[in-house]
Amino acid sequence: MRRVILHVDMNSCYASIELLHRPQLRGRPMAVGGDPESRHGIVLAKDQLAKKAGVKTGMALWEARRLCPEIVFVPPNLELYMRFSKMAHAIYGEYTEQQEAFGIDESWLDVTASSGCCGSSNDIAQDISRRIKKELGVTVSIGVSWNKIFAKFGSDYRKPDAITQITPSNYRTIIWPQPVGNLLYVGRATERKLYEHGILTIGQLAQTDPAFLGGLLGKMGVILHMFANGEDQTPVSRESFQAPIKSVGNGITAPRDLVSDQDVKIIVEMLSESVSKRMRASQLKCTVVEFFALSSDMEYSYGRQHKIKRPTNISSEIAREALDLYYAGWYGQRPIRHIGVRASGLVDALCPEQMDLCVNEVRRRKLDQMDVTMESIRSRFGYGSVRKGMMLTDTDLSGRAEVKDHEVHPHGYFEAGNRTGVEKYAV
Amino acid sequence: MDVVKKYVEVAADFSPDGVMIPLWITWDNGHRYRIDKVTDYRRAASLKAGGAGIRYTCQIGGGQHFLFYEENYKWFVEAKVQKDSAFPGIDPDDTDSEREV
Repeated sequence: MRRVILHVDMNSCYASIELLHRPQLRGRPMAVGGDPESRHGIVLAKDQLAKKAGVKTGMALWEARRLCPEIVFVPPNLELYMRFSKMAHAIYGEYTEQQEAFGIDESWLDVTASSGCCGSSNDIAQDISRRIKKELGVTVSIGVSWNKIFAKFGSDYRKPDAITQITPSNYRTIIWPQPVGNLLYVGRATERKLYEHGILTIGQLAQTDPAFLGGLLGKMGVILHMFANGEDQTPVSRESFQAPIKSVGNGITAPRDLVSDQDVKIIVEMLSESVSKRMRASQLKCTVVEFFALSSDMEYSYGRQHKIKRPTNISSEIAREALDLYYAGWYGQRPIRHIGVRASGLVDALCPEQMDLCVNEVRRRKLDQMDVTMESIRSRFGYGSVRKGMMLTDTDLSGRAEVKDHEVHPHGYFEAGNRTGVEKYAV
Repeated sequence: MDVVKKYVEVAADFSPDGVMIPLWITWDNGHRYRIDKVTDYRRAASLKAGGAGIRYTCQIGGGQHFLFYEENYKWFVEAKVQKDSAFPGIDPDDTDSEREV
């Protein structure tokens, strides 16, 4: 039996939710964009009118205003969008427990099992579309197909507020004429390689010998061939499923350029605290610390990583490692705009470890206890209730630079491993 | 008539099986309105006031009004800017609060 898979995409999610809450802005071009004061000045989402004027996601706010002088900018409110995302997932959950989020506004639903009791795939899609519109006040476009890749194509094919069925009888006319770059995992480099061999459309890709594609692009070539033919077997994960964490990282664009070591120390300390907290929440320790920096003119970037002796999730140890990497490479160079700290090489926090005679274990345990205590105080009384003394040396910087824990990280299609069924081609 | 979103104070009754029914609304001038009856509750968005949550259809002083419970644990009504009716909520004749997007 063929699967029934829906891909539901909330149409210009952030902008629609903002328009719902700001009736006075309806009928005017608007965009959701970061606060120019804090320099996150890009368009995150735009409504239909702004889109018509040529405003694109990722554009700088001043660029958008040049294209569309009457545009209104609204600062993003991620908590609100996550609330709406949760409400949407609650609705999806009434049709299937196999729902997999792809970012905040997109989801795959496998409704194969419920298409008997809830009607045909089209009935379910219409039901979901109607309910989201009534209950959440925003519109969705839905693609219906027998595999995840074509379902996603369907939701992109017509929008907003539309349902597109991609069936074995129509996929050749709908999907095959589209440029090959529209396919998931055909990036610029792959697209160029395919172009060089005269493969311009998805249909041409589908009809190319998989062995040739395997030679050209490796295993990914065969996978793309399967994607183009609707042979992808990747299942829709259950809603409680979480792919294993490979690294924990946090980055921040500072509210002002970082010009001194002290500035960098403050930000690195804050990021390390957040990384440490997130590792603890998942019972993990890291064996590799990475540091990343981007200069204020965005021309010079720097990234280094270092394997450390003992697994750790102690914030001050992570901060020290990150700062060592900073001193080793960046020291004395240009002002910094963006800094990132990442912990990888993760191991189970409860894993037994070799003690070291040359290390003061009592002090280490105290540092660990200090992190735990600070976190427990903060969870009860708020982030600002307790902080390290160095934060007070520049309260303007430490107060304005907010490290957010609830950022939405983009998901990869192969996050849970390759489940496309590519093995049958035996490459 | 312009409609704005207005957060209000609400007292509610919680049944043993977990159903929450609002009992009265307190306006910001201190005036208290008794909810005579809740005729319907469902999840819905208010396109007029701008918000979404659980919508209670309430009988108040002979008129029908919508009271919303948002996911942020706040209650709001679709308030008319002109305060001429007995209850300054939405127009009792205007029961169709939805407008197609």
